[in-house]
Amino acid sequence: MRRYVFASIRMALVTLFVLGIVYPLVVTGIAQLAFPAQANGSLVRSSDGAVIGSSLIGQSFTDVKYFHGRPSAGDYDAAASGASNLGPTSKALVDSVVSRVASAVAENPGLKTGAVPVDMVTSSASGLDPDITVANAYAQVARVAKARSLDESVVRALVAAHITDRQFGVLGEPRVNVLALNLALDAAK
Amino acid sequence: MLPICVVLSLVYVSQGVVQTLAGTVTAGTIQGAAQTIHVGPVASQEAVKLLGTNGGGFFNANSSHPFENPTPLTDFLQVLSILAIPAGLTFMFGKMTGNMRQGVAVFAAMLILFTASVAVMYSFERAGNPNLTTAGANQVASATQTGGNTEGKEVRFGIEASTLFGSATTAASAGAVNASMSSLTPLSGGMAMLNIALGEVVFGGAGSGLYGMLVFAVLAVFIACLMVGRTPEYLGKKIGPKEMKLAMFAVLAVAASILVGSAIGVVTPAGLAARLSAGPHGLTEILYAFTSGVGNNGSAFAGLNAATRFYAVAIGVCMMLGRYLFIIPVLAIAGSMAAKKRVPPSAGTFPTDSPLFVGLLVGVVLIVGALTFFPAFALGPVLEHFLMHAGQLF
Repeated sequence: MRRYVFASIRMALVTLFVLGIVYPLVVTGIAQLAFPAQANGSLVRSSDGAVIGSSLIGQSFTDVKYFHGRPSAGDYDAAASGASNLGPTSKALVDSVVSRVASAVAENPGLKTGAVPVDMVTSSASGLDPDITVANAYAQVARVAKARSLDESVVRALVAAHITDRQFGVLGEPRVNVLALNLALDAAK
Repeated sequence: MLPICVVLSLVYVSQGVVQTLAGTVTAGTIQGAAQTIHVGPVASQEAVKLLGTNGGGFFNANSSHPFENPTPLTDFLQVLSILAIPAGLTFMFGKMTGNMRQGVAVFAAMLILFTASVAVMYSFERAGNPNLTTAGANQVASATQTGGNTEGKEVRFGIEASTLFGSATTAASAGAVNASMSSLTPLSGGMAMLNIALGEVVFGGAGSGLYGMLVFAVLAVFIACLMVGRTPEYLGKKIGPKEMKLAMFAVLAVAASILVGSAIGVVTPAGLAARLSAGPHGLTEILYAFTSGVGNNGSAFAGLNAATRFYAVAIGVCMMLGRYLFIIPVLAIAGSMAAKKRVPPSAGTFPTDSPLFVGLLVGVVLIVGALTFFPAFALGPVLEHFLMHAGQLF
């Protein structure tokens, strides 16, 4: 009896040490050596080295001259994360979609009620979605081009150049990274 | 598991999952705001979170957070990790019984139920929420957008990867999520809840899924043999009244814990006050909380505030009931059957490695689940489905 008790306590301590301390540290060590950029948060820096954000974490864009990300339940607070969790028959959900549709139509020339891409007016699961759909990006081209006095075809080409296709051609969905697109816009003009 | 976890962690990091000992990074965004970004040793936890069907995430948003699940590839690997061990155990079962076909039969029944679940969840999410169309949004899928019900989903996953993940995490007892379960369309969320309510026997947790399915196999053998007047045997062991009583006790204990718990939730002010939604969705929130607790799943209709004293105690008790009132009869069945003499198969033995048995097993799981939970589900997800199409909001 006593033998089994001590053996199991020893086993618990050994696994605690190996799995709780050695394993994460070894993974951290290899990750920092092999993939330092990704392991530290895929950070995007400006030319002077200041951190602008992370290419994986969405940030709030409200200015008309930038492409806007999706609505966020947490207002792009990257110290938190989460969805609205509103159900499909929630009045709060439908009311906010109605008002988002109205402001999207008012803001974007050529966009009509009924044609607003659904991801543009629904909040994401994490509240930090870095991407928008291709349809969402194209719907904002006219506004951004006008605000920057650029030709629409120039902005459109820039969007097309920033489409990330399905991974290996099958996994996930085609999408546009909002931060990367906006940085490219600023660089273009 | 340790070597697999090391390899998976590194694949995750290569895709963008963070792995650092630092706590936060502060960014000055393009529009001039400060954004505090939490980081940490995520990848090493992510690998074991899914392989161990645990599901506890590093961040609140769990596997929908871009640092936990940055690309469609990591998402695919996470779904695979959830199902790998439970699915593998059916082959272990085949080896242990000395007849691989027994294991394949159990695997086939699980695969049929899993495929059906994905199909149901996918089709209702794809069809979307008519209230969003009325509000002026375009949910039609095209070459440039995924369409469907995108509330609570990430663009990189879309409908397909979100419903596949949702099915896997509720069929197994993982509970990790890559989309908001609460924002799913009613019948899609109902399907996720049914996956858990069936006892998580569709692949299920590592080990618990297999023994759960074997309880249903014992029931299926008994029912089949009653119908044709044969002596019920499974794997060469006679099934007697004692095993049947224990199997029924296990099945009923889970159902009773879920339904009685939810019933207490809907009649107490403390239970009702924690809801985010009114109407049938509010009932579904409470049902889901108890179902997930009893099934040790861990996913949630997160609108419900489960951090209240009532839910902390009630769901905590249900977790223990759901686990122990199932595992004790299962051990008793195993002990009782192990002590029995093996009967050589005869012409009168009902073969349990045939497609016919797979069909029966699927049927028994569905009938038991449907009979037990249909009344409650009719008032939650089913009612909400019809009200959603009628445009009724709460």
